[in-house]
Amino acid sequence: MYTKKRVVAMLLAGGQGSRLYALTKNVAKPAVPYGGKYRLIDFPLSNCTNSGIDTVGVLTQYQPLVLNEYIGNGQPWDLDKMNGGVHVLPPYETQAGASWYEGTANAIYQNMRFIERYDPEYVVVLGGDHIYKMDYSKMVDFHVANDADCTISVIDVPKAEASRFGIMICDDKNQVTDFVEKPKEPKSTLASMGIYVFTWEKLRKYLIENENDANAKREKGEPWSKDFGKDIITSMLRDKQRLFAYEFEGYWKDVGTLDSLWEANMDLLSPSVPLDLYDPSWKIYSRNSNMPPQYVGDNANIENSMISEGSTIDGTVDFSILFSGVTIEAGATVNYSIIMPGTVIKSGAVVEYAIVGSDSVIEPRARVGSSPENIENRDDWGIAVVGHNVTVSAEKVVAPKQIIGENI
Amino acid sequence: MSVNYNVLGLVFASMHDAYVSELTKQRTMGSIPFGGRYRLIDFPLSNFVHSGVSEVGVITKSNYGSLLDHLGSGRDWDLARKKGGLHLLPPYSQTGGIYKGRLDALNNIWGFVEHSNAKYVIMSNCDVVTTINFNPVLKQHMENEADITLVYSRGVYDYEKNKCTTVLEFDGDNRLKDVLVDPQFSGECNIWLEMCIITKDFLKKIVSDAASRNQFSFTREILQGRRDDFKIMGYKHDGFFTKIDSIQDYYLANRMLLDPEKKNALFRKDMPVLTKIGDNGPVKYGLESSIKDSLIADGCIIEGTVINSILFRGVKVGKDSVVKDCVLLQGTKVGENCSISSVIADKNVEISNEKVLTGSETYPLYIGKGGKI
Repeated sequence: MYTKKRVVAMLLAGGQGSRLYALTKNVAKPAVPYGGKYRLIDFPLSNCTNSGIDTVGVLTQYQPLVLNEYIGNGQPWDLDKMNGGVHVLPPYETQAGASWYEGTANAIYQNMRFIERYDPEYVVVLGGDHIYKMDYSKMVDFHVANDADCTISVIDVPKAEASRFGIMICDDKNQVTDFVEKPKEPKSTLASMGIYVFTWEKLRKYLIENENDANAKREKGEPWSKDFGKDIITSMLRDKQRLFAYEFEGYWKDVGTLDSLWEANMDLLSPSVPLDLYDPSWKIYSRNSNMPPQYVGDNANIENSMISEGSTIDGTVDFSILFSGVTIEAGATVNYSIIMPGTVIKSGAVVEYAIVGSDSVIEPRARVGSSPENIENRDDWGIAVVGHNVTVSAEKVVAPKQIIGENI
Repeated sequence: MSVNYNVLGLVFASMHDAYVSELTKQRTMGSIPFGGRYRLIDFPLSNFVHSGVSEVGVITKSNYGSLLDHLGSGRDWDLARKKGGLHLLPPYSQTGGIYKGRLDALNNIWGFVEHSNAKYVIMSNCDVVTTINFNPVLKQHMENEADITLVYSRGVYDYEKNKCTTVLEFDGDNRLKDVLVDPQFSGECNIWLEMCIITKDFLKKIVSDAASRNQFSFTREILQGRRDDFKIMGYKHDGFFTKIDSIQDYYLANRMLLDPEKKNALFRKDMPVLTKIGDNGPVKYGLESSIKDSLIADGCIIEGTVINSILFRGVKVGKDSVVKDCVLLQGTKVGENCSISSVIADKNVEISNEKVLTGSETYPLYIGKGGKI
C-alpha cells in the first residue's frame, strides 16, 4: 500500500566527483566529509526533512558502498518511514538488458515507477554536492502560485563568475525566457543551483520524450544526451512551457573542486558567512559516530577552529576544521586545514593549507602543504591533498598543489 | 557480539536518588548528565547491548520524565526491537505507594520478568559508572552453577566520605563470606558495583518468598541474611569505575575523565558508550580562545578560556571569560568577562557578563537547573 504524497524528492547522487581526485577514489561525491561532522548529502537530506518532504529517492551509481552504508534506513534524518522515507535507487537489470544511468534525466526516467507509487503532484530534483540550507516547501509554494511547469532555483552570482554556471534569463515576473549553459558573455547573473521543482505530469512527459529522442539519435549515430539542463529544460523552453526562476538568498556553495571544498569548510570559520550549523530550528542531521566528547590537553593551542567529538588535541590548531576521532599530538601544528575522521597528526608534523582524508597518518616531522607567503611564485601555490587511508612517512614533504593517494 | 536471548537485563534507574538530591530534584539517577554528553543510564544500557543483551527492563521510581525523554523507544541503543528491546517499567507497588527496595520492585514487575524467555537476569544500578562486558561474568556464573554472582572491584573506601557503599568479603573459593553496608573503616576493599547475575528460577523463588514475608531489601535479606544458604559468588571487574554518592563525588567523578587513562578505560573503542543523539554542530573555538586539559562536547561555542573543566553539549563561554575546574551541564551560557571556578552549573544556567563565582575543590558551588545569575 502506498498513500499519495504531494511531493517526492529525487536526489542525484551518482556522480563521481572526478575533480575531487584522491578524496573520491573509493567514495561517491555526496559521501565526502564536510564541516567537521557532516557528509555533503546531509544538507539535501536534512533540508528535505526540515521542509516536510518525507519521501526521497537517492540515485546512486559510482562507488556506492560508503554512501549506501551511510544512508542506511535513513533514521538519522528521520527518513525511516513506514510510508515513504529514503530509498537508495541503484541502476538495475531488466528483461531488455541492463544499463547504467546515462545522464541525470535518464536516472530519473529509469525510476519513474518509484515516483508513480506515490502518485505525486510535484517532484523536486536535487543534487548531492552543494552546501546550503533551503526550505523546499517555499519553492513548491512559489511553483504552485505561478502555475509553473518547472521552477528552477537560482542564485545571483558575481558577473565575473557567471560564465562558470548555467545562466537563466528571466522577464520581470521571474519567468524564464532563456537558459544558457556556461555562457562566454552572460546576459544575466542568475545561476542555476541544480534544484528543480517539476509538475510531475509534465516532467514525466518530457522524460519519455527525451528518452525516445536520444535513443533514436543514438541508433542513427548522432550525438545524444539525457540531461536535465541540456535536454529537459531546453525542450520545455522550446515548447513554451511555464518555467520560473526562484531566487534563493543565503549561503550556497558548489563543492565540485578541491579548492571549493577547502573554501566551503573555511567559510564556516568566517563570522561573515551566513551558514549557521547551530540553529535548532533547522538542524543539519548526520549519522553519529558515538564518540566521547573531545579532549583538549595541556599543550594544546586552539584558536578559530571547529572540532568534532572523539578528537584528542594536544598540539596547535588554528583556522582549521577537524572531524571526529582526529588526534593532534603535542608539538604538531595544523593551520588553515581540513582533517577528516580518524586521522592522526604526529608530533612535529606540520599541516598547512591542506586537506587530509580520513584514517590517514601524518608521521613525525612530515610537512603537508605550505602557506602562500612562503611560495615565491604564486602559480606554484595551492591546497595540498592527502587521500583517505594514506600514510605520509616521517620527514616526507607534500608540496602545495600536490595530491597524494598512496603512501609515501 | 551477536544477540544472547538467554539473558534479561534489568536497570534500576532510581536507586540511591536521595544521595545526590541537588541533581535529582528534577530528574532521577539514571538521567543525571555525566561526562559531557551522557546520562548515567547510558553506561548500564551500553554494557548490556555490547554483551549481547537485547531485552532490557528499566525500573523507575519517581521524577522519571527526563528519563523517558532520554530513552524514547530505545533506538539509540539499538533497543527498539520486536524481539526483546527496551521496556519501561513505571513504579507500582502491591503494598501501596511506591515500592521499597529491590525485592519489592521486582515483585511488582514480576509479570514482565516471567514473560521473558531468558534463563538469567543481570541487574544493574545507574550510580556506578563503568564499562564492563558481562559475558565473562555469565560464563563464570554458569561454570560455578551459582545462584547469584556479584560484580565487585577493588577500590579505596573512606567511611567519612563514601555513602551507601556495600563492601564484600569472599573466602578462598570466591564464595561470599561477609557483606557490610557503610562499615566504619577506611582502606582498600572489595566494593560491590551494584551489579549481579541471578539465575531466573532462583530469583523467582527469593522474590516470592520475600513478598510473603514482607521483606524488601535485597542487600539485607538476601546478601546479608541468607549468604550461607545460597551459592553467592564474586566476580572481580578490573576496569575503571566510579560510584556517585554525593554532589562532591559527582564533581570529582566527572573531572576524573580528564585523566586520559581513566577516560580510555571508560570509553573503549570496542565498547562505545551509546547515548541519545543530539545532532549538535562541532565545537566552535573563537579567535582568542584558550583551552587546557578539558573535555568539550559537541555544540559548544567557546570564545574565552577553559581550564580543567567538563563542558556538556551546547555550552557557550563568552569573550574574556575564564572557566576553571568547572562542570557545566548542557546549554549553560557564560557571558563575557566572567570568572567562574569550581562551579557545577545544571542544565540551561545563564551567567551574565562580569560575574565572579567561586566554589572550592571540596565544596563546589552548585547552581540549579535554569538558574539565572
